[in-house]
Amino acid sequence: MKTMENHVTELIQAVEKADTSEGLLDAVKALCAVRHQAAIPTLIEVLKYNNPGAAVAAVDGLIEIGEIAVSPILEQVDGYNYGARAWATRALAGIGDPRALELLLDAALNDFSLSVRRAAAKGLGSIRWDKISGEDAQTAQEEVLNALIKVSHDPEWVVRYAAVVGLENFAVSTKGTFELDKIFERFQEMKGSETEQVICARIQLAESVLNFSS
Amino acid sequence: MSDFPEYESNSPSLTVEQALTNLQQKEDLGLRYYAAWWLGRFRVSEPKAMNLLMEALTDDTDRTPDGGYPLRRNAATALGKLEATTAVPALIDCLTCEDYYVRESAAQALEMIGDQRAIPALIDLLDGGVEAAVQVVGKPHLRQPYEAILEALGTLGVKNSILLIEPFLGHSTEKVQYAAARALYQLTGQNIYGDRLIQALDGKDLQLRRSALMDLGAIGYLSAAEPIYNTLAENSLKLIALKGLLENHLKDHNNVLSDESKHVMGLMDGLL
Repeated sequence: MKTMENHVTELIQAVEKADTSEGLLDAVKALCAVRHQAAIPTLIEVLKYNNPGAAVAAVDGLIEIGEIAVSPILEQVDGYNYGARAWATRALAGIGDPRALELLLDAALNDFSLSVRRAAAKGLGSIRWDKISGEDAQTAQEEVLNALIKVSHDPEWVVRYAAVVGLENFAVSTKGTFELDKIFERFQEMKGSETEQVICARIQLAESVLNFSS
Repeated sequence: MSDFPEYESNSPSLTVEQALTNLQQKEDLGLRYYAAWWLGRFRVSEPKAMNLLMEALTDDTDRTPDGGYPLRRNAATALGKLEATTAVPALIDCLTCEDYYVRESAAQALEMIGDQRAIPALIDLLDGGVEAAVQVVGKPHLRQPYEAILEALGTLGVKNSILLIEPFLGHSTEKVQYAAARALYQLTGQNIYGDRLIQALDGKDLQLRRSALMDLGAIGYLSAAEPIYNTLAENSLKLIALKGLLENHLKDHNNVLSDESKHVMGLMDGLL
C-alpha cells in the first residue's frame, strides 16, 4: 500500500523534474493540494525559479499550510534574490504569524525592492494578534502602526497603496481599538497631498469600511 | 527575469545641478546619456533642462558603431516625460532621423505630449501600409517603429486614421497587432478590439502577455480586470495595468466609488 509519505515524495519529484512552465505549475498545484508539512522546503525552493505562475501557486500553498511553514521560510529567505524574497514575504504576510513581525517591519521600511516593501506593508496589517500576549501585543502594535505610517510616505505609488491597505487591515485586526484616530488623521493628510487618484480612491474605500465597522 | 526591473530604486542619485552640468560637458558620453534620462525620470521641467535636451536632439558626438544616436534617443524620451510642448517641432524632425530608435523615442514622446501638430508626420511613417511594414535586413526591427506610431495615433484621437490602422491587426508581429487593437479601441470604443488584447493574455509567450497587460492598462478596458488578475505574469505589471483601468474608470465617474472600482481595488489588494 502506498503511504502518504511516498505519495508526497512522488509529488515533490514531479516538481523537481518539471521541464515546462505549464508542467511546473501543475506539479506545484498538485503538491499544494496535499497540504503536507514535507512539501514546505520544495515550495520555498519554487519561489526562486523565476516563474511567476508557479510562485503564486507555491505562495498559496504555503499560506494554506500555515504556521508550521513560518520557521522554514524565515530560515530560507534569500537575501540576494529579490524576486524570491518578495514571494516569501507574501507567504509570511498571508500567514500572519507574529514570528515574522521583525522581518516584515524591516522589509517594509528598508528593502530596496518595491515588490518586497509592498508585500510587507500589506502583511503588517494582517498579524494575528491573538497569538501574542497582551503587553507584548501593545508594544508590537505601536511599532506596526508607526511603521505603516512611515511606509505611507514611500516614493513608489504601489507601496503607498499597500500602506493604505495595511492601515485598513491593521485597524480591522485590532478591532479598531488601537489609535484609530491616528489612522484617520493620516488618511486625511494623504488625501491632501496625494497625486495618485487610485490611492485617494483606496483611502476612500478604507474609510468607508472602517466607519462602517467602528 | 524574476520580477519587473526596478531601475528606479537602483539608479545613482544626482542633483538637478549635476545633471545639467553632466549634460553640457562633452568628455564623458556616458554621463551625458544618463543625465538626459535622469532629467526625464525626475521630471525636471525647468527651461534650462528643456533647452539642453532640445539641443541634444541634434547631437552628433555620441554615436553607436552602426551610426545610431544614443543621446538623441534619451533626450527625446525625456522631453516626452516633461510634456515639453516647445519641443514638438524638433521632435517631429526626429521622426525622419535615420536612426530607428530615435524615430521610436520621438513618436512615443509626441504621444505623451499629445500635440496635434505631430499627426501628419506620424501618418507619413505608415506609407506603404502593412505591406511595407517588413523587417529591415540585418536589423532586429521593422522599417518603422509601428507600435509607437499606431499607439500615438490612438492616443491623439486621429479618427481619420482608422482605415489606415485596421490592416495592421493582420500584421505578422503580435506586438504590432496589439498596438493596432489598442489604437482602434481608443478611436472606436468597440469591445472587439479590447477583447483582442484580453485574448493575448492567454498566449504562451510571457513577453507578449506583458505587452498586452500594458496595452490594456493604457486603454483602461474595464472588462479586462479579471483576466489581468489571472494572467501568468509579474504582480508588478498586473498592478500597473489594473491601476490604468481604475484611473480611467474614476475619471469617467468623477471619483465616486462605484462597485466596479471597488472590485478592481479588491483585485489589486490581492496582488500586493
